Amino acid sequence: MRKESKLVKWLLIGISFLFIFVMLVLPLVTVITEALKQGFAVYAEAISDKYTVKALLLTLEAAVTATVINTIFGLFAAWLLTKFHFRGKKLLGSLIDLPVTVSPIIAGLIFVLTFGRQSAIYPLLEKLDIKIVFAVPGIILATVFVTFPFISRELIPVLEAEGTDEEEAAALMGAGGFTIFRKITFPHIKWAFLYGVVLCAARAMGEFGAVSVLSGHLRGKTNTLPLHVEILFNEFKYVPAFAVSSILVMTAIVILVIRSVVEYIGKRESENVH
Amino acid sequence: MKRSNKRIIPGFGLSMGVTVTLLSVIVLIPLASLVIFTAQLSFSDIIAVITRDRVLASFKVSFLTAFVASLINAVMGVILAWVLVRYDFPFKRILDGMIELPFALPTAVAGIALTSLTADKGIIGSFFARFGIKIAYTRAGITVALVFIGIPFVVRAVQPVLEKLDGSLEEAASTLGASRSRTFRQVIFPEIMPAVFTGFGLAFGRCLGEYGSVVFIAGNQPFETEITPLIIMSELQEYDYASATAIALVMLAASFLILFLVNLIQVRNSKILRGGGKGA
Repeated sequence: MRKESKLVKWLLIGISFLFIFVMLVLPLVTVITEALKQGFAVYAEAISDKYTVKALLLTLEAAVTATVINTIFGLFAAWLLTKFHFRGKKLLGSLIDLPVTVSPIIAGLIFVLTFGRQSAIYPLLEKLDIKIVFAVPGIILATVFVTFPFISRELIPVLEAEGTDEEEAAALMGAGGFTIFRKITFPHIKWAFLYGVVLCAARAMGEFGAVSVLSGHLRGKTNTLPLHVEILFNEFKYVPAFAVSSILVMTAIVILVIRSVVEYIGKRESENVH
Repeated sequence: MKRSNKRIIPGFGLSMGVTVTLLSVIVLIPLASLVIFTAQLSFSDIIAVITRDRVLASFKVSFLTAFVASLINAVMGVILAWVLVRYDFPFKRILDGMIELPFALPTAVAGIALTSLTADKGIIGSFFARFGIKIAYTRAGITVALVFIGIPFVVRAVQPVLEKLDGSLEEAASTLGASRSRTFRQVIFPEIMPAVFTGFGLAFGRCLGEYGSVVFIAGNQPFETEITPLIIMSELQEYDYASATAIALVMLAASFLILFLVNLIQVRNSKILRGGGKGA
């Protein structure tokens, strides 16, 4: 039935490769070539610059916090939404997805409105000497917000496909909740879980818009790697900007590789079942 | 039935507690502060802010570029999904994996890379500059960045539908003497249409709010290449929270409307995916 000519087939494949090459591969290659334009020594210097290292540390701090919180949330939320029936389940599911539908700038805005100087709790925060907006806690909160559903989103489809029969049987035989999760549920979701965690961590490292609203851009204090890239680029320091970007490119490549591996294993396991 | 069916699996209370608490602290309370702050603004002030010439111009820039970019992605997304589902060729897995790159690459990195590529001295920019076409720092540049951001949405929406599409209809069409292009137009296209709309809507929504990849390439000229998220950002930098909120409300309303429409289509779409069964 597939009768279109060879010409059409290879034309469409050609268009696809050209499009992906120009739109996706070229930008990646550009980051690397621009970063190494003035040789490896300049690259190494840009990477080990004092402010770059400080930005990297803050980025890691935000990413680790976001990943820990969202892992806890993701596991409980996925368990709740797939193992039980209750009223308002659909609503809860859509509320969890809200953060990815909101523009990053608006995500930043809502935290400014919650903790900024016009907020009702601002006098209290000031009395306690807690700074959130234009400080590290704000950056961390924004990062947690934008990556909030990433782990639960990976787990829910897998758990839904799995059903609840095995867990019910185990519970009837007297197994406790944690034992059921560890011995029965987790082996099914371990690859999706791994991908979710990696995705969450890497996306947390790369978040720009929301963090930019809350940062105040204080170099060495509230500057994350993507914000550092922005500052360098706007100062026309292109080589350092791309050198710092190359660190972030690596996180993107890690996501892509792990995603392919997880998909491959998932396919192989579902074929083994049949 | 609902009440008598006791929950056998343990952990309902704990899961509900953790989920609702974290959801409230991270998402609901901050969003509520937007509602509370909005309630303190007067309606006429909101209208005055969002009808400023510069703001209106930014809406035009944002909606126009997001629309054109999503249109390009709708066409390219169908071609890519078709190629990935129907054909075998070398490096297919790599092509499939690359589609995900815009989700994975930090937007700021994408932004500066696309800017340096499409600026007059860049590889792509210098090519187009020979014909007198400027990409970076124009609306075309914004569109390029948004095409980059939106690629995965249409492909990932159309791919599963094409995979499930029953070959027998196509076979029947070709047996009855329909040409390949006619079969595509009249048999395949109507089937994948809802998925294309879904992908288009998701890409459009994402492009409207996009900030990181656009700010570098846009040039940010008021009235010409200034997108709405950037206006919100500059109002915030001037501590004009009322104006920022008013403009943000328009953006939120637009993205919720788009999401609502996408959901409507998706309900129909899932019926097709389940082979005409009742959608959940």
